Amino acid sequence: MTADIAAILAVDGIATGAIYALVAIGTVLIFTVTRVIFIPFGDIAAFTALTLAALDAKQLPGTVGLVVVLACMACLMEVTSLARAGELRAMPKAVLGYLVLPLVAVGIVWLAMRFNPPMQIRIVLALLLILPVAPLLDRIVFRPIADASVLLLLTVSVALHFALVGLGLMFFGPEGVRTEPLTSLALDIGDVHVPGQTVLILTAALVFSGLLFLFFDFTLLGKALRATAFNRTGARLMGIRPARAGTIAYLLGSLMAGVSGILIAPVNTIFYDSGFLIGLKAFVGAIVGGLVSYPGAALGAFGVGILESFASFESSTLKDVIVFSLLIPVLLWRSLATQHSEEEIEE
Amino acid sequence: MRKILSLAALFGGLVAASTAQADITVGFVTSLSGPGASIGIPYGRGIQAALEYKGEVNGEKIRLIQLDDGSDPSAASRAARKLIEEEKVDLLIGTATAPSTIAMMAVATELKVPMIAVSPIIGLPDPADQWGICVPQPASLLVKVVADRMKRDGMKNIGYIGFSDAWGDLVYNGAKAVEADDGIKVLTNERYARVDTSVTGQILKVLATRPDAVLDGGSGTQGALPLLALADRGFKGKTYGTVALVNPDFVRVGGKAADGIQVSAGPVIVAEQLPDTHFAKKLALEFRAAYQKANNLPSTDGFSAYSFDGWKIFTEAAARALKTAKPGTAEFHKALRDEILNTKEMPGVHAIYNFKPGAYHGVDERALVIVRLVNGAWTYEP
Repeated sequence: MTADIAAILAVDGIATGAIYALVAIGTVLIFTVTRVIFIPFGDIAAFTALTLAALDAKQLPGTVGLVVVLACMACLMEVTSLARAGELRAMPKAVLGYLVLPLVAVGIVWLAMRFNPPMQIRIVLALLLILPVAPLLDRIVFRPIADASVLLLLTVSVALHFALVGLGLMFFGPEGVRTEPLTSLALDIGDVHVPGQTVLILTAALVFSGLLFLFFDFTLLGKALRATAFNRTGARLMGIRPARAGTIAYLLGSLMAGVSGILIAPVNTIFYDSGFLIGLKAFVGAIVGGLVSYPGAALGAFGVGILESFASFESSTLKDVIVFSLLIPVLLWRSLATQHSEEEIEE
Repeated sequence: MRKILSLAALFGGLVAASTAQADITVGFVTSLSGPGASIGIPYGRGIQAALEYKGEVNGEKIRLIQLDDGSDPSAASRAARKLIEEEKVDLLIGTATAPSTIAMMAVATELKVPMIAVSPIIGLPDPADQWGICVPQPASLLVKVVADRMKRDGMKNIGYIGFSDAWGDLVYNGAKAVEADDGIKVLTNERYARVDTSVTGQILKVLATRPDAVLDGGSGTQGALPLLALADRGFKGKTYGTVALVNPDFVRVGGKAADGIQVSAGPVIVAEQLPDTHFAKKLALEFRAAYQKANNLPSTDGFSAYSFDGWKIFTEAAARALKTAKPGTAEFHKALRDEILNTKEMPGVHAIYNFKPGAYHGVDERALVIVRLVNGAWTYEP
C-alpha cells in the first residue's frame, strides 16, 4: 500500500464514518432518553433517501402513505387511552399533535410537488415528510411499553425494524436509487482528490454534533432531556414529562437520520433494506462510546468507517467480519472497565 | 375479524371450486419480498406472460398457484412441500435465488414431482434420480462467452470485482476456468456486498494491478457500484459483465459510468435488433406482446423470459405426456419428467433447449449474444 492509496482510503473512510457518526449520535440520543436501542434508525435514513429520489423523479413518495397510516394509528391509540383515563379535555391537543401536524406535513409536500420545486426545497420536503415517522412509531410501539426492560425494548425494536423493511418494500419497491450530487465541487489536497460531497458530509456531522452539544448544555429543553436520560423518576419529580422528552428525542433522531439519508443518497445506491447495515455499523460505533457518550460514539463511528475502508482494500471478502469482530474486544473492555449500577442488575 | 374469516372462507371455496375444473396444476414459487425481490418480481411477471401466451395443453386447462418464498431457502422448501402435498401440483417452477432453488429441487426429488428451475444454479443433487432441469445459461457458459469476447478484443489482464455471495463465486470460478485454457489472466478477486456504501478500497486494489479490462460480477442495480467507482478513479479500459446486470435500474443508476459495458445475455434482451433469421426473434416478440398484455408493462429484463422458456418446455412436454397418463397421478409426474428430459432442439426466447437424463443444463453457445450498453440502451454486438 502506498501513501497515495492510504490517503484515498482514509478520505473514503472518513466520509463513510461521518454518516455512521450521525446515525450513531442519533442512536445514543434516543437510547439515553428512552432506553430504546432504536434499530430502525438506519431504515429511516434509507427511507429519506428513497423519498428524495421519488421527489426528484416527480413522483409522490411512498412515505406519504406511511405517514398517513402511522398518524391515524397513533391518533387512534392516543385518543383511546385518553378516553379510558377520562381526560377528555386533552383530546383536541392529542388530535392536533398526532394527526393534524403529520397530515399538514404531508399536505405541504403534496402541494409543493405541483410547483416543481428546486433541489434545496425538495430536500427540505423530504426531511419534513420523514420527521413525523420516528415520533409516531414511538407513540404506537414504544409508549405502551415504556417501563419495560431494555431487553424487551430491544426485541420490540428488532421486530419493528423487520416490519419497516416489509413496509419499505411495499411503499418504495425493490429497486435501488441514487440521487444527484448536492455539489460537484472538489478539493485537491496534495495528490488526494476530495469530492465536495465528502466535505459536505463531514461538515454536517460536525455541525450536528456541535449543535447537539449546545442544545444539551445551554437550553432548558436540552437539560430536561439530559435529566430524563439520567434518571426518569427523578426527572418526573422535577416536573419533566418523560413521554414528551421521548417525543423530542425521536424528533431530533428522525431529523438526524433524515440528514444522513440525504447525504448518503448521492454517494451510494440506497435500497429499501440498505438502512440496516448502516444502522448496525453505527451501532458498533455507538458501543465504543458505551451508548452514553456523544463524542465517544462519533469517534467510534469514524473509527468503524476508516477500519472498513482499509479492510475493504486488504481483504474485501472479510470486510464485514473485521468490522463486527471489533465489537468483541470493545465489549470485553467495557464490561471489565465499567461498574454496573443496581438498576441494571435488577433488569 | 369475523368478516375477514368469512371472506377467507369464501375465497378458499372459490379456489377449491376452480380445482375441480382445472386439470394440470403448476406450482410456482418466486421471491416477491426479501433481497431477491428485485429479480423475483420479474420472474412472477414472466410466468403471468407465459400463462397468457399458452393457458392450456391439448384442451386441458392449466391452473397456476403462485407462492412467495421471501428469498428464504427454508420458506422455499416449505412452499414446495405445501404445493405438492396440499395442492397436488404436477410440476414445480421456481425460484429467484440459487439457494432457494436448490432447496426446492431437493423436495421435488424426494416427492417425485418434476421441477423446472429458473435460476442459474450449481451443486444440484446427484442426477442419478433426476426430477428437474435448469433453464438459464450456466454461469460458466455466461462467463466463457464474455471471455471469448475479451480475447477477441485483445484483452489479456482482467481485474475481477463481484458480489461476496454465491453469484460472485460463480462468475469468478467461471472466469478462472477460462483462464486455464484461454490465455487471459484474472488478476484480482475483490468482493463487495449489495448494501455496501463504498467500493473505493476494492477498486484501488483492482487498479493497482493495471488491468486491461474489468469484469463485473455483480447483479442488478448494485452491479453499477464498481463501474461508478472505476469512473471516479478515471479508469479508461473496457468493462465486461454478465446478463445479471441487465435491468433498467442498473442503466439508470450507472448512467455514463456504465456506458460501453459489454455483457453476455440471452437474445431476448435485444429481440428487436436480432436478424430475422435468428431463432429467437419471432418468439421473443410474441413473448413481449404477451408480457405487455398480462402485466400492462413493457418487458425489459431477461429474468421474466426464463419463466417463459420454462413454461414453454413444460407445455410441450406436457402435450406429449398427456398421451400416456392423466394429470394428478404419479404416472403423469413420471411421464412429464421423462418428456421434459426428452426435449430436443426446442427454441425458446433465450436458447435452443436440448435436455437429456444426467444433465441439468440443456443450452449451448447459441443461447448467448454479446450486447453493449450504448447511451443507455442495450445494443446487439454480433
